[in-house]
Amino acid sequence: MEDNQEVVKTELNNSEGASNEVEETSKKRKTGKKTKRVIPGFGLSMGIVLAMLSIIILIPLASVLGYAFRLKPSDLSKILSDSTVQWAFFTSIWTAFVAAVINVIFGTILAWVLVRYDFPGKRIIDGLIEVPFTLPTAVAGITLSKMYSTTGEIGKPLSKLGLKVSYTHLGLIVALVFIGIPFVVRAIQPVLEKFDSQYEEAAYMLGATSRTTFTRVILPELRPAMITGFGLAFARGIGEYGSVIYISGNSAKEHTQVVSYIIMQKLERLDYSGATAIALIMLIISFLLLLFINIVQVRQSRRTNNI
Amino acid sequence: MNWVEENKKKAGKTKVILIIISVLFVFFMLVFPLVSVIANSLKEGFGYYIQSLNTKYVKSALLVTLLATVIAVIVNTFFGLLAGWLLTKFSFKGKQVLATLIDIPFSISPVIAGLAFIMTFGRLGWANPILESINQALGTDIQIVFALPGVVLATIFVTFPFVSREIIPVLNTQGKDEEEAAALMGAGGFTIFRKITFPHIKWATIYGVILCTARALGEFGAVAALSKTRGKTFTLPLEIDALYLAGSSDSITAAFSVSSLLVIIAIIVLILRNFFEHSEKVKGEKKEG
Amino acid sequence: MYVELKGINKNYGDYQATKDANFGIEKGSLVALLGPSGSGKTTILRMIAGLETPDSGDIIIDGKRVNDIAPADRGIGFVFQSYALFRYMTVYENIAFGLELKKVPKAKIKERVQELLELTSLKGLEDRYPNQLSGGQRQRVAFARALAPNPSLLLLDEPFAAIDAKVRQELRTWLRKMIYKVGITSIFVTHDQDEAVEVADQIIVTNKGRIEQIGSPLDIYKNPETPFVTEFIGQSSVIEDYHRFHGFEKGNYQGAVIRPEFVEVFKRDNREFNNYIDLSEEGEIIDILFRGNSLELTVDLHGVMITAHRSLERREVKVGEKVRVLIYRLFAFDEDRAYLLENENLKGRNINIDNLESYLYNEEYDFFVI
Repeated sequence: MEDNQEVVKTELNNSEGASNEVEETSKKRKTGKKTKRVIPGFGLSMGIVLAMLSIIILIPLASVLGYAFRLKPSDLSKILSDSTVQWAFFTSIWTAFVAAVINVIFGTILAWVLVRYDFPGKRIIDGLIEVPFTLPTAVAGITLSKMYSTTGEIGKPLSKLGLKVSYTHLGLIVALVFIGIPFVVRAIQPVLEKFDSQYEEAAYMLGATSRTTFTRVILPELRPAMITGFGLAFARGIGEYGSVIYISGNSAKEHTQVVSYIIMQKLERLDYSGATAIALIMLIISFLLLLFINIVQVRQSRRTNNI
Repeated sequence: MNWVEENKKKAGKTKVILIIISVLFVFFMLVFPLVSVIANSLKEGFGYYIQSLNTKYVKSALLVTLLATVIAVIVNTFFGLLAGWLLTKFSFKGKQVLATLIDIPFSISPVIAGLAFIMTFGRLGWANPILESINQALGTDIQIVFALPGVVLATIFVTFPFVSREIIPVLNTQGKDEEEAAALMGAGGFTIFRKITFPHIKWATIYGVILCTARALGEFGAVAALSKTRGKTFTLPLEIDALYLAGSSDSITAAFSVSSLLVIIAIIVLILRNFFEHSEKVKGEKKEG
Repeated sequence: MYVELKGINKNYGDYQATKDANFGIEKGSLVALLGPSGSGKTTILRMIAGLETPDSGDIIIDGKRVNDIAPADRGIGFVFQSYALFRYMTVYENIAFGLELKKVPKAKIKERVQELLELTSLKGLEDRYPNQLSGGQRQRVAFARALAPNPSLLLLDEPFAAIDAKVRQELRTWLRKMIYKVGITSIFVTHDQDEAVEVADQIIVTNKGRIEQIGSPLDIYKNPETPFVTEFIGQSSVIEDYHRFHGFEKGNYQGAVIRPEFVEVFKRDNREFNNYIDLSEEGEIIDILFRGNSLELTVDLHGVMITAHRSLERREVKVGEKVRVLIYRLFAFDEDRAYLLENENLKGRNINIDNLESYLYNEEYDFFVI
């Protein structure tokens, strides 16, 4: 996301904070008094933030986990060994992966063009990058589905070439590319903006061609942001619902059902154990992706801090 | 010709190619869908367009959507301001964990958000008996799942980090010197926030509110899991879904008509966002100069 | 001349960054481009490197006009202001990068990098990343990286700007020693006159895109040629009505600069200066700064503030104390040039000022007269 740099900063602040705390606690020991923060309002804001976070996010999610952990292992394995469910996971993961890869390629190009070049209409292009953030997913879903159907504006010429998009995996990928592109662009853009031209000049002075400079000097700097963008687009893609359910066709036979669709189906049939079991796996995947993104960012901040 | 010109020419070629790729991508992937919605909505003429918007289902959905959006924006703005303040002005253990927890809604499926409320307040949910006993004691019949409160909660859930995520980066770069100076002069927490902190994040807050509004208006997956009654608890996206799945060419056009409302809002949001971002940039440049 | 600039002009839009720059640098010398920020010194450096192209004029390196030669082929090593070390490469990879690009065989690269690591005493750090190094070590890596392809000219852009004051002193000495050891012609940019004086053996002073003066540090210090150099170099206070002082007449000058070492502050009862009391000015000490090895006095001469140094060995002075001030000489300047004016009265008395000066600067003696 566009604030990935800032996350890094928060981390830095955080480590600073940690050292402050060490000082504070050592002071505490000496004076035996409770240390006071200079800026007032810590307790109150902490209390409200934690309360709201718990009520809105943590407790409901804990309810899902709580219910999931009460499922018998045999039930769990029965639900997850259902071939429809397994296919849905497979479909969600591989289409989201492919879409995220496509997004990293185009996202890098877009970010590069938006930061490095000047051309008429640049600001409009920059603004349009966020269409997927502001356009409701259901609207995107029905529109893409129509556009890429064999009678649609884009689907028709493609079908003449023998490419069917709507109601296939290709359609899923198209929808997920649409949804994921801003994540990648907004992850890379700030890094490129801050990128010091001295690095390029240094490579240049040493005899590097622009291609070598890009692959050896710029790309390594962009890689963490690209991975972050990839992770975010991938995470979003795996869980995506609104924009994919129309274009996918949701056919069990064609394996175009995604995990979110399966959860929704199970909810509609009041099969709560099924829905929860699948949600559990999804939450684990999300958690791992989040962890992965955080690790990448911490490592990046370690490599690039105070330099 | 010297190397400078040669280089420029080479870069010029790459530049043109990359710009063309970008423009084509943005046009086909991002602009085309917007145009397509409008075109599809007007397929049966303007009269039908108005007619398809003027149904009791659409009106009810509009009301529900607005209600959920307004509440979500208020709650999340309040939360965002507090969380931003907490995460940038104080040092405490577990700060990074807290920041990550707040961002959870970004990375989980909205359907799971819906499921989470069902598992909390629904028939099997642990909070259901509590809700029942409250209802009994007060003689009310408050329902959360499959009712308006559920729709509102789901909307709050998915848009939860939108304001805070805009504010935190700005506050982080601002540091906390000004606040500490004010505190040492004896200002209270609320005064510091109002007079010192808020002016820095005014634009970021407005921007966050705009994005939060856009996302709240369009939320689908989470609401879909919690809302079953058309004309009562359906939001606009759910109404679009219902119209689209009805399958007849008329109702599909109607679905696009309703969609066009949301597309127009999306475009307005984009314009506002750019306007605010630009004015912020101009302000920043002025400050530097 | 090893490096020569002939009639170089460079504009950025309406802004003239370099105006008709002409100078030559001899092989093996260590030259400082000294000037305030915005004076065009970095532009000159970058034009020599090839990172900027001059609008007109010739840049000649080793007898060849290099205007149309790519930066990497000019045989130049460049040390960037914040070093621009590649953060995702180790120290070894950073140094080896330029050699790799020149398709030097692996074994040769290894040999050369080892050699440079030894030279810059970075041995043992080759597998570190730049962020695991101190500021001084980073500078050494940047230095080694620039030297790796065996350039014949080394350019350094504000080489000490990114280092904290404590280490800076040490690094100045190190860099000077290192450059002489390698024997490479070097040009560095700085805004710090102490740095230029201490490190360089030639200084080129720039101001507003123009070259003001070229010369050895001593020359620049002793014989400033232009008003700008007079003011910029040394510790100088500019005075307009200098002719009020004994021994100086108003010529066609716009003003004058009195350096601290041009004045003598003494107490009225100082025997050694008995004969000069009539030739001196009355002043009042209004501020005393302790400068570690001496005192820096600000003296009010009836409305004109001048700065003087005073040895710690001499008698104590206090703020508010009335003292006598003898002005030996000053730099007067008109629009274009600066001139050294000696105190006429001291000349008339046929006093050997040089003698007097050395006499007075003898701290032991002064201690003795108390």
